[in-house]
Amino acid sequence: MNIVVLLKAVPVVGTERLDSGLLTDRSVQLEANGNDEYLLEKALKLTETHGGETIILTVGPGGSTEPIRKALAMGAARAVHIADDAIRGSDMRATLDVLAAALRKMQPWDLAFCGADTSDGQGGVLGAALAVRLGLPYLSYASEIEPTDAGVRIHRINLTGYDILEAPTPAVVMGTQLLGAPRYPSLRGIMQARSKPVEAWSLADLDLAPTTVGGGAATTKTLDSTKPPERAGATFVREAPDEAVARVVEFLAGRRLI
Amino acid sequence: MPAIWAIGEIADGQPTKLTLELATLARTLAANSGGEARTVLVGAGAAAAGTAAATYGPAVLAVEVEAGLSDRPVASVVAPRVAALVAERMPDFLLIGASNDGKDVAGLLLGLTDLPVLVNGSGVTWGDGAPRVEMSTFGGKLVTHSTFAGTRGMVIVRPASVSAEAASAPGKVETIAVSVSAELPAVKVTGNVEESGAAAPIEEARIIVGAGRGIGSPDGLKVIEDLAAAMGGAVGATRAVVDSGWVPYGQQIGQTGKIVKPSLYVACGISGAIQHKVGVQTAGTIVAVNRDADAPIAEFADLFVVGDLFEIVPRLAAALRARKSGSA
Repeated sequence: MNIVVLLKAVPVVGTERLDSGLLTDRSVQLEANGNDEYLLEKALKLTETHGGETIILTVGPGGSTEPIRKALAMGAARAVHIADDAIRGSDMRATLDVLAAALRKMQPWDLAFCGADTSDGQGGVLGAALAVRLGLPYLSYASEIEPTDAGVRIHRINLTGYDILEAPTPAVVMGTQLLGAPRYPSLRGIMQARSKPVEAWSLADLDLAPTTVGGGAATTKTLDSTKPPERAGATFVREAPDEAVARVVEFLAGRRLI
Repeated sequence: MPAIWAIGEIADGQPTKLTLELATLARTLAANSGGEARTVLVGAGAAAAGTAAATYGPAVLAVEVEAGLSDRPVASVVAPRVAALVAERMPDFLLIGASNDGKDVAGLLLGLTDLPVLVNGSGVTWGDGAPRVEMSTFGGKLVTHSTFAGTRGMVIVRPASVSAEAASAPGKVETIAVSVSAELPAVKVTGNVEESGAAAPIEEARIIVGAGRGIGSPDGLKVIEDLAAAMGGAVGATRAVVDSGWVPYGQQIGQTGKIVKPSLYVACGISGAIQHKVGVQTAGTIVAVNRDADAPIAEFADLFVVGDLFEIVPRLAAALRARKSGSA
């Protein structure tokens, strides 16, 4: 069983900023998107148990190398890194075009995994769109993923528990944190990662014209960005419990919250 | 004269709260653009649910589906029917809710229609010929506004971005048949498991009491739940508490959980790590209870009670109950 994990390299959480063109500045230090790492961990567990390879697919600038190397150190067999300056500023549709073309070129694989959303975009829609483009089944919000004789079975979380979903493979699966915490790379893993292959692809490798992606082709645009008003800073309450509680009640009543 | 559609959801035979918010928003945008609003409901019982949705103004397009599709995930049934309706009637803008099913519908529609999409909207107004979408970006660090380059697109709207308000005159309900040229590749729902401890979605709560590592044990959660009950609020938690299995994942606030915007957040035993902060920093008021006055949550709390949560929280619950019964 071969599993492709879509891994987005995002700015380290807390350090995000927009550049002068109102795009996410990705020249800062990048890390693997938190939700994608849960899928990576699950993919590694599945391929360790059932055989096959975990393959990383990342679209992003040069700074993506570090999170890709970390994924390889965790146990992924190899990676495909699509870095092309023309991709900068792409909207959802163009990002979809690039990922769909890459996944097609990477076939055959059995499962493509993506995280529930990203810390810098919060879309959570690309997995579904990719499945449609590739003509494959789409299973989402997985808290468990297991192979079956003919395909894949997942638990899909809902408000009261979960549904059990089944589909033939190849399939696209979007998953959540409930799949389990990602491992830390071992020293041995870090050493081995140095010799694992990372294929660098450009738009030309995907037969995509640069004019169809990037900021110039974007169908959506950011108009402005403002900082929300700063909080005034905390008022500290250090009195003994009864008096402290009286102050909290007074504060809440003053703001009409109780 | 743009046509603006709210794509709704049905739960237990009724339109969801988020659906009513979208219907209200579609009505407002139509009024401000001189356009026309519709609410689209797809699924078994769509016509009946449509009657409830129609009181929010827009006429409802109710699409019943064949019983043979009941073992498929909801979004995989809804999306191709909405796509077929969109191809036939060419609406200009779609509003879709940022629930799990809503985001799946939006993603499938993106694949089926190639309509431009703006995600994570926390407010939508009518702009220069297209919706102007407010987003809380990077976990509330920035507020941005975006729009479409062209005259068509879909907007994913977060819960509680607008208040649902009934219209002075209800819309009509039109039951229509939609034929789909091809269903999406088959995914079957083969079972359903109910788990205890499921709660109302915390995105909709006006007051949230958050539990952090400081609660120490599942027993510690009881004082948090009691305060939430006294305040008429919901319980949220940090990832550490969810990872310990004390609180279900659906109540996790933060980077890999929910992003919430309650009027009041009471953070109990929560240090305020950045991964938690990004889930709640846009709350109206934040009160922290923590023994460590140097905890990072001091940077974004409005009131910081330095003390043992087991001494403060039960007393606060009691004081609020006494206040309520006193004023009644």
